[in-house]
Amino acid sequence: MKPVDTRESFTSRMLSSDGAVSVLVVLLGFLVGTILVALVGKNPLNMYKAIFQSLSGYNIDNGKMNVRYIGETLNYAVPFILCGFSMAFAARAGLFNIGGEGQYIMGLTVAQVIGLLGPNVPGLHWALAIIGAMLIGAAWGGIVGILKAKYEVSEVVSTIMLNYVALYLSRIICLQLPGASTYKTANFPETALLSNGFFQAITNNSMLNNGFFLMGLAVVVYWFIMEKTNLGFGLRATGFNREAARCSGIPVVRSIAISMAIAGAFAGLAGGIVALGSFRYGRVLSGMDNYGFNGIAVALVGNNTAIGTMLAGFLFGMLKNAQALMQGKQIPKEITFIIQGLIVVFIALRSAIALYLAWRSKRQLQKEVLAK
Amino acid sequence: MNTLIGMIPSILMIVSPILITAVGGMICEKSGVVNIALEGLMGVGAFAAAATHVLLEATGLGMPSIWISLGIGALIGAAFSAIHALASINLNADQTISGTGINLLADGVTIFAAQILFSADRTREFKMGMQTDSLGIYPTAYIALVVVVAAWFILYKLPFGMHLRACGEHPHAADSVGINVKKIRYIAVLSSGLLAGLAGGCIVLTQTIQYTSNTINGRGFIALAAVSFGRWRPIGVTFAAFLFGTAQAFAIIANNFPALRVLPTEVFNILPYVITLIALVVFSGKNYAPRASGKPYIKGAS
Repeated sequence: MKPVDTRESFTSRMLSSDGAVSVLVVLLGFLVGTILVALVGKNPLNMYKAIFQSLSGYNIDNGKMNVRYIGETLNYAVPFILCGFSMAFAARAGLFNIGGEGQYIMGLTVAQVIGLLGPNVPGLHWALAIIGAMLIGAAWGGIVGILKAKYEVSEVVSTIMLNYVALYLSRIICLQLPGASTYKTANFPETALLSNGFFQAITNNSMLNNGFFLMGLAVVVYWFIMEKTNLGFGLRATGFNREAARCSGIPVVRSIAISMAIAGAFAGLAGGIVALGSFRYGRVLSGMDNYGFNGIAVALVGNNTAIGTMLAGFLFGMLKNAQALMQGKQIPKEITFIIQGLIVVFIALRSAIALYLAWRSKRQLQKEVLAK
Repeated sequence: MNTLIGMIPSILMIVSPILITAVGGMICEKSGVVNIALEGLMGVGAFAAAATHVLLEATGLGMPSIWISLGIGALIGAAFSAIHALASINLNADQTISGTGINLLADGVTIFAAQILFSADRTREFKMGMQTDSLGIYPTAYIALVVVVAAWFILYKLPFGMHLRACGEHPHAADSVGINVKKIRYIAVLSSGLLAGLAGGCIVLTQTIQYTSNTINGRGFIALAAVSFGRWRPIGVTFAAFLFGTAQAFAIIANNFPALRVLPTEVFNILPYVITLIALVVFSGKNYAPRASGKPYIKGAS
């Protein structure tokens, strides 16, 4: 047996590991972003100072510490992670869910309606609103699943359509709510809010709220369904090979509808948490919040796994929280959108790695044949 | 009735960019590449056109500035779509992921550039947009007409168009008779970028006075819907673009009609999307989409 060239096999191992490639893709996104900032004559160091401050609460320039930034980063991460699960759950079943945004908006809308009109009973009120948000999200995703399974309507097209239906429907509904003006409604009663006094106390009055617990619960649920239940197994089998799954007795039509419904419930939960956790009043949306769209990136970076998606969500939450700090340091905050976009483009380009590995193994084979 | 006739110019103003973009999307899908990046490509085109026009107007160039800006918008759209072409044609990437990435990237790049050039999250306002002719119609309507007719002629009357459609139906068969699938798909993707960029420029120069993050507002996705609703054929796509564009126009001008004032204007915004969904369900079973659309072409693999 010939000794294996360790350096060579290290590269191949890195390139065939999903996690390592994700890290590489993120680093590449930051690298190009940094170069861009430098090219337009700004100091990239300021960008990293802002990111560091949003991550640790420590301001390098004046040496002051403010734990509020940590709380805000964690709070921003919650909807990214949940929308990431929305994309990831559908992706595991072989579906591309661009509809996280619409499912999120519907969740947000129903949470606002229940928040303003629901029973003012402590404990029950916000729980009802959150459950309502999850149910409408599930319905909004489930429609897509049924259209796909029964009528072979491409989920890519139908989810895009439903995103905009959700946006305008949300406006119609929210404009009817008490105290509605063109951009906001009346304040929510205290019983509807997700605020958590303990979190506020330890993070210097950040917006961090009970939604964080719900997110943690969602991580466990996602992992459990996917890895430990028959349902998850059926979904993953459907994703790997629909025909094979059908032949082995897995109800494919039901699998698709259920997976889209559960995916929608995750995004709906994100909408409910943002509505009642990060705002004290209902919003009449004039545009998308983009958590759903960024959820696509989050799931792609996290390779659709529970832990990976969570980590990627924290990364995106950190970037979002760093935006205001960057703007204060004369770095246009849009650089964070560029970095997020670049990450997704690079993930699309990662198919090049497979081509490269195939080319290399072919060349190696040629070499071996010639050597004989 | 008079009000309806009076509305025609504004309907045409709104329909034209949607139609131009939809034709681009149709060409792209006909060659076998799905392009959901139309929204983002319109955005970069609109930004480039608005920025160029603002800067050229300041030099006192006058009317030619409009046409130069439109051209620049189209070119930038084409340049941006090269990312999608590279990813989906050379690297066999997932075309939906690549398109989503470009949409996200376009959001960032346009406003970032505005921050650098104009120190604001939008371009500076320009003084003079495109001017209407004696009928009150913007030149964009004629551009759209030319684009549709040219696309129909090229796709259905020229050998090149037949080759392009073959690449979208059965790339292996096309390859076996000596058609260069990659080259044709490149041309198709770049033309869709060119047309989307042009349409973005048309929107910004006729409907508003500056580029903001809300300028495109889903019209790229409406164009995408028009392609499916129009069943991937020039005449169908034209009809769909008119239907959806008119619905959009009503969202803006419904206030002129007392009977329509009882409805929230959002109802008209929703229409294109709901109609498309219903149409997709009704026409399901019969698949009108190019057969190889969205699938990377791998030589030798069957």
